[in-house]
Amino acid sequence: MNAPLLEVENLSVHFTTRRGVVRAVREVSLHVEQGETLGIVGESGSGKSVAMQAVMGLIDAPGEICNGDIRWRGRTLLGEAGRRRLQEVRGNRMSMIFQDPMTSLNPVMTVGAQLVEVLVRHLKMPPVQAWRRAEELLALVNIGAPGRRLRQHPHELSGGMRQRVMIAMALACEPELLIADEPTTALDVTVQAQILELIAELQQRLHLSVILITHDLGVVAQVCHRVAVMYAGRIAETGEAVDLFARPGHPYTQGLLRATPRHDDVAERLIAIDGAPPDLVSAPPGCGFQQRCPVYGKECDGPAPSLSYEHGRRLACWHAFERAWPELVAERKQAIHALDARIYGL
Amino acid sequence: MLSMPVSTDSESIDSCLRERAAALPRGVQDAAQVLLDVRDLSVRFPVGRTGFWGQKRLTVHAVDDVSFVVHKGETLGLVGESGSGKTTIGRAVLRRLPVSNGSIRFRGNDITQLRGESLRKLRQHMQLVFQDPYASLNPRMRVLDIVAEPLLVHGRARTRDEAAAQVADLLHRVGLPADAADRYPHAFSGGQRQRIGIARALALSPEFIVADEPVSALDVSVRAQVVNLLQDLQRELGLSYLFIAHDLAVVRHISHRIAILYAGKLVELAGRDAIYDSPLHPYTEALLSAIPVPDPAVQRCRRRIMNCGEPPDPLHPLPGCRFQTRCPVAQTQCREATPPLRESASGHWVACWRH
Repeated sequence: MNAPLLEVENLSVHFTTRRGVVRAVREVSLHVEQGETLGIVGESGSGKSVAMQAVMGLIDAPGEICNGDIRWRGRTLLGEAGRRRLQEVRGNRMSMIFQDPMTSLNPVMTVGAQLVEVLVRHLKMPPVQAWRRAEELLALVNIGAPGRRLRQHPHELSGGMRQRVMIAMALACEPELLIADEPTTALDVTVQAQILELIAELQQRLHLSVILITHDLGVVAQVCHRVAVMYAGRIAETGEAVDLFARPGHPYTQGLLRATPRHDDVAERLIAIDGAPPDLVSAPPGCGFQQRCPVYGKECDGPAPSLSYEHGRRLACWHAFERAWPELVAERKQAIHALDARIYGL
Repeated sequence: MLSMPVSTDSESIDSCLRERAAALPRGVQDAAQVLLDVRDLSVRFPVGRTGFWGQKRLTVHAVDDVSFVVHKGETLGLVGESGSGKTTIGRAVLRRLPVSNGSIRFRGNDITQLRGESLRKLRQHMQLVFQDPYASLNPRMRVLDIVAEPLLVHGRARTRDEAAAQVADLLHRVGLPADAADRYPHAFSGGQRQRIGIARALALSPEFIVADEPVSALDVSVRAQVVNLLQDLQRELGLSYLFIAHDLAVVRHISHRIAILYAGKLVELAGRDAIYDSPLHPYTEALLSAIPVPDPAVQRCRRRIMNCGEPPDPLHPLPGCRFQTRCPVAQTQCREATPPLRESASGHWVACWRH
């Protein structure tokens, strides 16, 4: 029984629209081990959320899982046999929280009623006991005065507090896997830091596995053990977080790291990746990044290879670890000349 | 295993760049040319009544006694969390909101009480770039009509065809293809839409632009393109920006000076490098420590300055410093009196009793 907790293999999700078939997720393979935090990074439209919605069985028409397999502890969650297993696993063994806690909570029910509903429905707990358990759960996510908070409605809570309630609700059945879809994007940075700390703390204390979907490389650097970088529906690169940030192998990862503004960087000018992500209706057959890639070659028109490296790194690129943007130093030099010109009037 | 070639001199260039940047008196060289001068600006919103028979009026103090200047050709970054009043300041400065107290001077003229035709004339000189490029463009108008509208409204062109040449020029300036004019907003990506919004703001050749979180809704790889465009336009056209943002990472690259807001109060105002290298206010420190750095080796060594608790209720502000409830070093004095904004070092203003 050495199967990973969750395994996604060659998953493809298509949406049939009037404009054509949108290939939102293409041949994605991932796995999460017990007690591990996996970060999925990508820009909007990269397929990161859709892939995880597929795992939770949340893809409805016109969307369709057209290929691949999703396995929980080695047993499939797809097809006729998988459907019943998915019902058992979802909500009990794995649960999901979303970006905007206000739209995920019911505005006309008190926080307590919503938490109790989960406990009664999933665990068949008697209501009185469920209320006590709800109070414990709010305490678990560091909400002060939980007894009073249970009787409040979502609009009476701040954004950070609502996200804590969502986390408490997701943890109600003591799941083994928590999927968090941009849990801090709608929050202020100081509150974001608190929520990320809470997730990391719970992950350690409850030996949870976490999949964190985000567009923010800083968030990944803070809490994730492993990272998967997605672009145009495919996984460009996966690896251990420390290793991947130190030596980004895929041109897209390299470009993304260069383009991310850092408050501890003095460069006067941000470095952009030219162009925009491809339209997923008419995406190129080969690598999705080819139109923006500086080291593009003829071989990139064909299917991208999946190459393995040490430290569990996998890369889908013919030019892995090639330096995609060698002019970085030259740009900095130019910036210095420009500054010189302004200081000394050269 | 292949490894990334690491350039040997990139570090020395970085440190060199840092020195040069410190040597440049940014924004100071134009000290004589104050474009916008805001003094003791307060904006309050009535939000209803409470108490027995509604005898007590409820007021939100969105912005409270805020003063700052923007020089010609300068970018002032305005940073604060949601509800801190940063957007309210941006709108009030453009005279889009009623000002409760204080004065706004633009090019030396008091514009606080301007109305009617003279206010309309003023609007040509100050424009706004919105946060959400999806909501701020009318989906049923062609790009030509969107960008031409200010030209027609202010009489710079009489007909749509007359405006077309100017629009083509503007679109070229913001890096959009010439055929963009005939298309509708839905045909463009987020970054391109923001370029359309910028072209519209530039149509009347304003001197001052309030950019209200212009890149927050954009993806990282595109965000840099738009920030660089704003910088290029500033250099070419001598624009001044009030650049509103909710985090300190982007503003570092575009601002000359940065103002930090907390719950409607200005807590710190200083040159860009001073804010990042020697922040004085505990809130600025907390804000800096909360931004995750995209580098696990660095990020995992950083210690976040804990500030639990929530921002204060704008309906019932406590006496004293607004940050007292979350401040790690609050003293009794902080609960009794509001600290004034004082110049602690040259050009470095802070509102804290410790400095």
